[in-house]
Amino acid sequence: MSTPDSPVAAVKAAGSPARQQWSGQFGFIISAIGSAVGLGNIWRFPGVAYENGGGAFLIPYLVALLTAGIPILFLDYAIGHRFRGGPPLALRRIKRWLESLGWFQVMICFFIGIYYAVILAWAASFFVFSFSQKWGDDTASFFLFDYLHLPDAPAGYSLQFVPGVLIPLVLIWVATIAVLVLGVAKGVERANVVFMPLLVVAFLILVIRAVTLPGAADGLTALFTPDFSKLGSADVWIAAYSQIFFSLSIAFGIMITYASYRRRKANQTTPGLVVAFANSSFEILAGIGVFSIIGFMAYQQGTTVDQLSGLKGVSLAFITFPKVVSEMPQSWLFGALFFASLLMAGFTSLISILQVILAGFQDKFGLSVRRSALWIGGVMGLVSTLLFATVQGLNVLDALDKWINEVGIVLSAIVMSVVVIWVSRKGGELSYHLSSLSTFKVKNLWLFLAGVLSPAMLTYMFIQVVISLIKQPYGGMPQWFLLIDGWGAIALAVVGALILTKLAWKRDPDNFEAWPVFQPSGK
Amino acid sequence: MTTTAIVFMVLAMVIVWGGLLASVAFLIHRPELKTWPEGAPAED
Repeated sequence: MSTPDSPVAAVKAAGSPARQQWSGQFGFIISAIGSAVGLGNIWRFPGVAYENGGGAFLIPYLVALLTAGIPILFLDYAIGHRFRGGPPLALRRIKRWLESLGWFQVMICFFIGIYYAVILAWAASFFVFSFSQKWGDDTASFFLFDYLHLPDAPAGYSLQFVPGVLIPLVLIWVATIAVLVLGVAKGVERANVVFMPLLVVAFLILVIRAVTLPGAADGLTALFTPDFSKLGSADVWIAAYSQIFFSLSIAFGIMITYASYRRRKANQTTPGLVVAFANSSFEILAGIGVFSIIGFMAYQQGTTVDQLSGLKGVSLAFITFPKVVSEMPQSWLFGALFFASLLMAGFTSLISILQVILAGFQDKFGLSVRRSALWIGGVMGLVSTLLFATVQGLNVLDALDKWINEVGIVLSAIVMSVVVIWVSRKGGELSYHLSSLSTFKVKNLWLFLAGVLSPAMLTYMFIQVVISLIKQPYGGMPQWFLLIDGWGAIALAVVGALILTKLAWKRDPDNFEAWPVFQPSGK
Repeated sequence: MTTTAIVFMVLAMVIVWGGLLASVAFLIHRPELKTWPEGAPAED
């Protein structure tokens, strides 16, 4: 699989400084998989599949992967690789005014980065707690009140810090910055080369043990028994497109940035297929592991899987899972493997999110790798601590995550797809770029999927989400809080993007020639 | 496990893990192009 790229660690575009580069094709692929495989693969996919038709969910899931996930992934690759930059630089080179969309993606990464880190901090704490089962019998009460110190008050902001969250959060930021200061090849890539195999081994041990537990077969039956009647529901198809879309790390700058670090002659689409299928493969593995464990839980409680709650997200990881772990033989090992897996999967995703921001600032302001990692990581670590290491951290995270993912990222994807392919008429050029450098060719079908079907599906999803967010206060939270934490974050991302666009470039970004040269005549 | 659930679990594994193996095999077989379009950068 690995084709050694040039050892030369830089590619010079006309008039541009040397750009960092992956050590080779393998380094890029493992880093892209590390970015895609994150918390959502482990705690979101199994629950979403179960709620949306079980085995029958496979159909919309695969359709979504092939018609939206892979096409938008290729669109990201084509933009980043052809125009050699993080989102602001690469999109500006398509159309000058598109730079602001690139900064919007950077802002999205800023928001995701600050709350993603705190989930890793929780996972680190629970990894340590695994050895003593510190969570006791009432795991919900332990997580919400003993660990997070969630107040018995409406959602809001607080400066009352929780040392149990603060300390691991600071350590997560120190570790993240330590990786980023080493650069793309020596930092990001090496971290993935170490953590991804470890993640696979740890998770495989967990899954193999899980499927041998009593009740595991009932859990798997619940997950895989198809309910074809659900396929007629639009919600099930939206759930499939959402899962694929959020899981693949697409349309908010990560894959644009990662592709920009590939050498110019690099194969584009074939490694992309490996990344996309590897991500889904991990989701299937997670589904088998998680539902085996849930089946065991139902068995222990003398009930059935459909009577259980808390089967996805934060509840699954930090409330349901600790409860099951306590009932298992070798419980400390199970707990440690699960939380170590969450930590490793999340860490490789977090560094990819941060790299988007670093790339944006390095490209525009000429910051060095070290300086950008220290400053951006430091500032984000501070904001992350102030917002999320407090007693209100869970509420602030919950609303921010909802708006940034389901409004911000979806909006970014729709605008990017429509503007790049239709308004800027770059679809043919990007299709040519992918096909002329890759061993797996894409042509008009890709253009249709990335330019028509995906944005149409995403627009439908976007409208549904916005209507539901306007109609009903999310999570029963106060409107003033949602206006600031949800809509306010989106507004801040837009304003931040406009301000960053207005600032001057350190070097002329437009002194650049794309290769291979595209001739619309088709030659 | 019921037979239907087993069938769908195996289907999921074959399609998705099979897709991964097939794409890895394709990449190993054809890691990159033999010739590139005109003007390929020399430093690559």
